[in-house]
Amino acid sequence: MTSLVDASTGTHGRLAEIGGERSFRRRLMEMGLLPGTPIRVVRRANIEGLVEIEVRGCHLTLRKSEASALLLQS
Amino acid sequence: MTDTRTATGTPLVAIAGNPNVGKTSLFNRLTGQDLKVTNYPGVTVERHVGHTRLTGAGHVEVLDVPGTYSLSGRSAEEQIAIQAIAGLEGNQTPDLLVMAVDSTQLSRNLYLVLQVLELGVPTVVALTMTDMLSRRGQRLDAEALERALGVPVVRMVCHRGEGVDELRAAMDRVLTDPSQGRPGWRWRPEHPALLEDIDQVARLVPENWAGGNQDKRWAFGLWALLSLDDEDELQSIPAELRAIVAERRARADADGREIESQVIRGRYQWIDEHAASAVISTAPPARSRTERLDTALLHPIFGFAIFLLAMGVLFQSLFSWADPAIGLVETAFGAIANGIENVMPPSLARDFLVEGVIAGVGSVVVFLPQILLLFFLIGLMEDTGYMARVAYLMDRVMNKLGLHGRAFVPMLSGFACAVPAVMATRTMESRRHRMITMMAIPLMTCSARLPVYTLLIAALFPPTTVLGFLPVQGMLMVAMYVFSTIIALIAAGVMGKFVFKGPQVPLLLELPPYRVPHWASVLRMMWQRASLFLSEAGRVILICTIILWVLLSFPQNPALETDYDALRTETVAAIENPAAQEEALGELEAQEANDIFLQSYGARLGHAIEPVIEPLGYDWKIGVGLIGAFAAREVFISTMGVVYGVGDAVDEESATLREHIRNETYADGSPVYTPLVGLSLMVFIALSCQCMSTLAAVYRETKAWRWPAFLFTYMTLLAWVASFAVYQGGRALGLG
Repeated sequence: MTSLVDASTGTHGRLAEIGGERSFRRRLMEMGLLPGTPIRVVRRANIEGLVEIEVRGCHLTLRKSEASALLLQS
Repeated sequence: MTDTRTATGTPLVAIAGNPNVGKTSLFNRLTGQDLKVTNYPGVTVERHVGHTRLTGAGHVEVLDVPGTYSLSGRSAEEQIAIQAIAGLEGNQTPDLLVMAVDSTQLSRNLYLVLQVLELGVPTVVALTMTDMLSRRGQRLDAEALERALGVPVVRMVCHRGEGVDELRAAMDRVLTDPSQGRPGWRWRPEHPALLEDIDQVARLVPENWAGGNQDKRWAFGLWALLSLDDEDELQSIPAELRAIVAERRARADADGREIESQVIRGRYQWIDEHAASAVISTAPPARSRTERLDTALLHPIFGFAIFLLAMGVLFQSLFSWADPAIGLVETAFGAIANGIENVMPPSLARDFLVEGVIAGVGSVVVFLPQILLLFFLIGLMEDTGYMARVAYLMDRVMNKLGLHGRAFVPMLSGFACAVPAVMATRTMESRRHRMITMMAIPLMTCSARLPVYTLLIAALFPPTTVLGFLPVQGMLMVAMYVFSTIIALIAAGVMGKFVFKGPQVPLLLELPPYRVPHWASVLRMMWQRASLFLSEAGRVILICTIILWVLLSFPQNPALETDYDALRTETVAAIENPAAQEEALGELEAQEANDIFLQSYGARLGHAIEPVIEPLGYDWKIGVGLIGAFAAREVFISTMGVVYGVGDAVDEESATLREHIRNETYADGSPVYTPLVGLSLMVFIALSCQCMSTLAAVYRETKAWRWPAFLFTYMTLLAWVASFAVYQGGRALGLG
């Protein structure tokens, strides 16, 4: 499993695990980020410390600190 | 709560859905121009209600509910949405929910739909953005979705009005036929332990929530189990319900079972099985236009440069485009005041009307051109999708201050007026972030500070250039904007560290696809915010202007009046030329106002605060101006007009007032205003909270007096210390 932080731009994969603080995890899951959900890494902004992903037709941006708790199936 | 009619007998239809799915344009299409704005029970969040007539159900009330992703949202607006949908906290349960569903993001939108279906509220689904979907080469099988959901599904293109008649027919069907639009649960939790959790919680759900309906009680039990925690601010939740939720969650945690995951996965499993098949792709997916645009607009260098350019255009337009309209407003109110003065004989009532009421209304309306323009541009940035990119680009800076990039967006509105900006913090999901942002917003250079800067800069600084091309006056103005923004950001950082301590709040920012703006909705957003300014700030400004008029015109002095009456008679007799006569009479009137002022309560107040402001380089007259500025900072100018006997009908362009400022001296002949005093005064205006409307708005949003009190105290102290440093520091350097 790789962490979302380490996945390079353009990676397609499925989520394996959603970690992080409880209420934030609930928000991610309610927006459809669940184990098995396909995602795509759209952009990694190293200077800004952000990762943009596409999930269920929607573009979401997370900070790297939270993205590190999202694991992808390899 | 199960009865289908309201107290007045009119059914209530609520339009709900995720944020930015076109709820408001749907609302407009259904209700036309008829809109009533009231408040939600217990809070001052506007409740937009319209009316429409359906063939069968007759007259219905239509409510525009704020957007939310789920029924567990945490921002002030999301919690309002939850209460309005579920009929909590004194809200009436809707008789029908029209769920706006973005067809390009079907599964995420259906999550909320499943939640409301569980609660048993009759529902119709309105599919929006279907034109965007077909542009992507996809199609939605509405009939399949309708079969799966068990509620009417109507495909719409709101800005073209397509689907509106079908939607009205579907609404009518569900309202009049109890067998339609109420399919209940689409999925069922299966895990025995979870079923036990829900049973236990459901037993403590208040009787009036479910109205005797067992399925509904159970749905509320599940909702409570998933959504109640120590972060929600719902007031009407019984303590025993909270207690059982906490207990069941702790028990699940101990068993290594996560309730959230079980429930949310259950819903999404249903969605993936039933809804994914409703979307039919007719073309292979391509890298979207939005992604290509973002490569440039989110670029760490080009993206930032484009952002700065956009800000530059925003402010340039603020200065240059709003000016003619401001002039027009000033002329119009001058003409009204003149008209009244010509019609009414001189009296206290006339003075009250002209100098209190008309001047008060005028000082509200004069801000409208800039505020409308700024909110138009902000609305444009939101509607095109660029605003989310601003949050993206600003996140790095804001993160250092313990905030989100999203907090920058309401701060941007602070450049127009702090009152709507403070209200815009309602969309922030963390209360801590919201408080920090609210406390920093009033430091942004709002449109009321602008005329004060214009007056002081024009009066005290030479219209020359430095380095051959940089105009001194223009640079100073830019410097004031940069200064205020930096101070506001620092203040936010300091407050996050010392006043509102708490954990970092994670960022989850949605980047919507770019789209051509819908002008109607941009204009509507602009007008909604401007009318917030008019109603909320306007009332306070008007009252303050009237109080100020009393302070500056009382106590009345009959002897003085007799003297001036005699002088007026003399002038009329001595000067034949009507124009010259009018000019002389005008001068007399200004002098009289000045004489009254010198004896007034306002002047006494100015004298009283003089010792405090003397170290900043101000005399008591400036002190009176600063007191006047409480109504709105711009009122500083007309107050100084009265103070210097120029009359109160002056604006920042008034040559006479500038002249008086330059020539004002102390008893020893030294000038009151030096450029250094001007600078110190501008710093004071920039940092102090001389604005009653802002204080009132912060009170309404926080419902506690200690926050406006804190805001006022910290800003005033900050302003005093900074102005002291500028003035005394400048003098030590021999600058003034």
